Parts: sequence; C-alpha cells; structure tokens
Amino acid sequence: MSSDGKAALTDREVEAIEAAAEALPRRRSASIDALRIVQAERGWIDDDALGATAEQLDMSRHELDAVATFYNLIFRRPVGRHVVHVCDSVSCWVMGGDRVTRALCRRLSVEPGERTDDGRFTVLPIQCLGACDGAPAMMIDEDLHRRVPIDGDALAALLEDYE
Amino acid sequence: MTDLTKAVLTRRIDPGGPPPNLAEYERSGGYQAMRRALRDLSPEQVRREVADADLRGRGGAGFPTGKKWSFVPTGKDAPTPRHLVVNADEMEPGTFKDRHLLEGDPHGMVEAIIIAAHAIGASQAWIFLRWAYRVAHGRLERAIEEAKAAGYLGRDILGTGFDLEIHLHVSAGRYICGEETALLEALEGKRAIPRDKPPFPQQQGLWGQPAVVQNVETLYNVPPIIERGAQWYRDLGRGDAAGTKIYGVSGKAKRPGLWELPMGVTASEILELAGGMRSGVQLRAYLPGGASTSFLAASQTDVPLDFDAVGEAGSRLGTGMLILLDDHTCPVGICANLEKFFAVESCGWCTPCREGLPWTRRVLEGIEQGEGQASDVDLLREQCRRLGPGRTFCALAPGAAAPLQSALELFEEDFRRHIEQGRCPWEAAA
Repeated sequence: MSSDGKAALTDREVEAIEAAAEALPRRRSASIDALRIVQAERGWIDDDALGATAEQLDMSRHELDAVATFYNLIFRRPVGRHVVHVCDSVSCWVMGGDRVTRALCRRLSVEPGERTDDGRFTVLPIQCLGACDGAPAMMIDEDLHRRVPIDGDALAALLEDYE
Repeated sequence: MTDLTKAVLTRRIDPGGPPPNLAEYERSGGYQAMRRALRDLSPEQVRREVADADLRGRGGAGFPTGKKWSFVPTGKDAPTPRHLVVNADEMEPGTFKDRHLLEGDPHGMVEAIIIAAHAIGASQAWIFLRWAYRVAHGRLERAIEEAKAAGYLGRDILGTGFDLEIHLHVSAGRYICGEETALLEALEGKRAIPRDKPPFPQQQGLWGQPAVVQNVETLYNVPPIIERGAQWYRDLGRGDAAGTKIYGVSGKAKRPGLWELPMGVTASEILELAGGMRSGVQLRAYLPGGASTSFLAASQTDVPLDFDAVGEAGSRLGTGMLILLDDHTCPVGICANLEKFFAVESCGWCTPCREGLPWTRRVLEGIEQGEGQASDVDLLREQCRRLGPGRTFCALAPGAAAPLQSALELFEEDFRRHIEQGRCPWEAAA
C-alpha cells in the first residue's frame, strides 16, 4: 500500500507478475520481467510501485532498486508518453547521429533525458540499435526508423504520428 | 565478378519479405536436420559432427563450439536440468547480423536450438533477446508457438523421450549482458555483473545448473552441419577456415549491408559488394568486427577475415561486421565515441574499467574540443595498458582499449595535430 492508502499495483499488474514469477525456478529471477510489466502500464517505476513489486517477489526494495537502476531501459524517473531512442553508437555517429540528437533536442527544447513540457516526448541516447546499414537510426517507442533525416523540420514531421 | 555470396545460414531468408511460417519452412526441408539428429544420432554423435566441422563461436571470441559442448557433464549422474542459452543480445556496435537471421528465419533458430539442446542434454532453452529487436521478438514467439503445436517442443519430442521448453527473455538493456556470465546473472534476475571463473557455466551456469551460452549465428550453423556433414561444411570456407560467415559493412560505403560469404574472404571483397566508398571519400581504416576490435589500416584490406589471420594482423575477427573510418571522419572523434560507449556500459565492478574508462573518455573529448595537452598521447597509451588483459574479470576493458591503442598507432599524427592546433581539424574543415 502506498502512503495515500491506494494499492501500489493494479490487479492486472499483480497477476502478470505472479505468472512471470511462477514460471521461473526462483521468484526473484522474474525481477526484470516484473519491472517491465509495471513500466508498460505506467511508463516508469515510482517508489511505491518498486516497493510493492519487490514485496511480491520476496525481495527487499533495495535489492530490486539495484536491479532497476542497472538496466538502461528501466526508468526510475518519469518519461514522456513517447520515448525517442536515438542511436549514440559508432556507425550512426560516423553518419551524423550526434547531429540527430542535437536537432531533436533543440526542436523539442529539452536536454537528453528530460520530458517535454506537454509530457509528450523524452529523447534518450541508446546504444547501437543493430540497424547500422540504415544509419543514422532511431526508435520511437517500438518503431525503428532508419536513415533518419538530420534536420529539425523533417524530424518533427516524423514525430507527428506520435500524439 | 563472380558471385561470392553463399546461402547456407540465409538460405530461407527473403530480405524485406515475411519469414517462412512452419509449413513453408518444412516444405523447403526445414526440421529434417532435427528429425535426423533426434532419431538417428546420439547426443555424442551430434557433438562430434559439430566438433569435426570446426565450428567456432560467431559472437566474437571464436571459441570452438564442439569443445564448449564437451565440458558439459553428461551421463546418468550429471546434474539436471541443463540449459541451452541463446545470446541474442546483439549489442556490439556496428553489428546487425543476428537481427537479420532472427527476423528472416525464426524457425531456423528454433530448429538449431532443438538440435543443440539434444547434443548437450538440455531440457530448458532460453533466448536472451535485446529489447530493440521488436520484430524478431514477435516472429520468434510465433515460431515457438507453431513448433510447440507441431510437437517439436514440449514433452517426448517425436516420440524420442527428449523434452525441451524454450523461454524467451527480453533484456532491459546493457552491453555487458553479452558477456556470457553476466548474461546468466541477468537471466537470474540480478545486476549483470560478470562472474569469476571457475566454475565455468557448463558446470554451474544457471541457478547452479549446467548451462551453455551460444551466439545466434553460431547456432544457425548447426542444422546445415547435421544435414550435410562436417566435411561439406569445412569446405565452404577458404583455406583452413571452415563454413560461411555473415559479414557486413557500415559507414560511408555506397551500399552498406550484409552478405553471407565463405569464411576467410577479405575486406576488399566485402567492400566491393558494398559498392566501394561513397564518391569523394577514401577509406582510412576499418574495425573488422565491432567496437571492441583493433583498427586495421586501409592497406590491410587483403587480410583474410578469419579468426586466425585477423589475429595475426593485430586485431580480432569479432563479429565480422566491418565499421569503416573514412578520411572525412575524425579519428579522435570516433575514439571519443567508442570510449564513451564503453565508459557508459562498464558494469562498474572492476576499478580499472569503472574509473579508467570515464577518464579516458574525458581526455579524448578534451583533445577533440581543443583542450588537449602534449602529454595526453602518452597518457592515453598508459590508459590502454591499464585497461589491458588480466586486470579485470571480463573482456570489456581490454575490448575498449583495443580500438584506441591501434588508433594511437595509426593516427598519432592526427592526435598531435588536434593538440597543436587547439581544435579538431575535421571540425574546422566542416
């Protein structure tokens, strides 16, 4: 239970975490799956959700936080409704990927990792997306975009589909 | 020009098209190698065929697959369950070969897993897949469901008494998960910190039980070896090198991409398939197999790209996916990008890696921004020694040192020009 008395996890989250935990030899081995389940519902992992998830997996909240903070794709801070992952690795860098990040951030008036004022986007650098023949590459949520334009206007047009 | 491309691992892949479903896969001879392995061959016979084929791991280290399997305890008293773990965490910068295989031929993955699991007596298989591979995820899930419905997974497969379940784990993202013991930690739900060895994973891998970790491309070699035999497979490669390899190109080539070719082709041959360099740019050097390999100079494009020859030339074959450095791209800048990657991805366990990589990154970024000191070149050389083999549990730090150390040899002049001019000459020219 969180401080305001509401359950920190929904029934749906609890059920999904339970299914993941039961499928594995140790409950705590489902920690990453469980964090992903919670994050899919609410975009990021707040302290209350972290505590409730840890409890369900028979872990301390600190043990689970050690896992949560280790992985690049578990967010312990709020992110926008859409996360734009711009490839930050070498092949994309050679093809101008660093300028994609700069153009996007300037356009959205954010620094990497920040959320836009309207809550719509967070821009995050990500390690090599494995789309190096289509550099520069980025993902918006689950969609891969290859050979993205290095141009603020053209990038803004790509973002239009993501409300 | 004769067509060098081969279609062994990629024989069922229609680039851009949907992958074969179960019926299509079987119509083209799919799951025949599985039938032969399960019905006609003992686990020991499968292991021997793979060892005789000289198959070496395609994830980067080139360890002989047959030898890896020979360390798994077998026999009546051997611990159970045993695990086969597929490393599908393809996060080596510049590498996109496993994505191509998984998206294009997911049943090929399932069949390879069944045969390899039979060879080591594993009843549990785990695919450790990176999050970014969303398309591969959906296609693998579907292939696993289809194989289950056909009776190729589950209990008593083909009435042989062999049981196998495949689990799909989606990683939450860290480069270090590609290191096999770190990957096993991640599968156990922990921080992915590499383990000290021994014990080796084949003895105590997952939850204290034996586990074998194999790269995706390595496993795709197994069904063709079982179908056509070790001798046929060895003859696919050039000289002493066995089999085929998926090679690729990224950077400023006319047509970046990937091709299945005989093991041991040269970078010049691959570059020709990529249409050569874009007009107006010249090749200066290339990383032969990902971010953690040493640069080879443009004058070394005739080195056969097999494990041994690339090693003798002073680098590593790694993943065999070439990253090109051209004359319009700053060699200090590329090193700064590479070392930033390694600094961010260090798991933080060993001091030389945790502290040395951010330091190295800051020195490189300083030089690139025109704040370099004359002593920085020697400092970077010293850092490469401190990051070198033997000082850390895993190979991340030595891998980070490799491209930098070679860049300092090949491009020392360029490092010095940055420092003397107090700016990046490439930036100034842009």
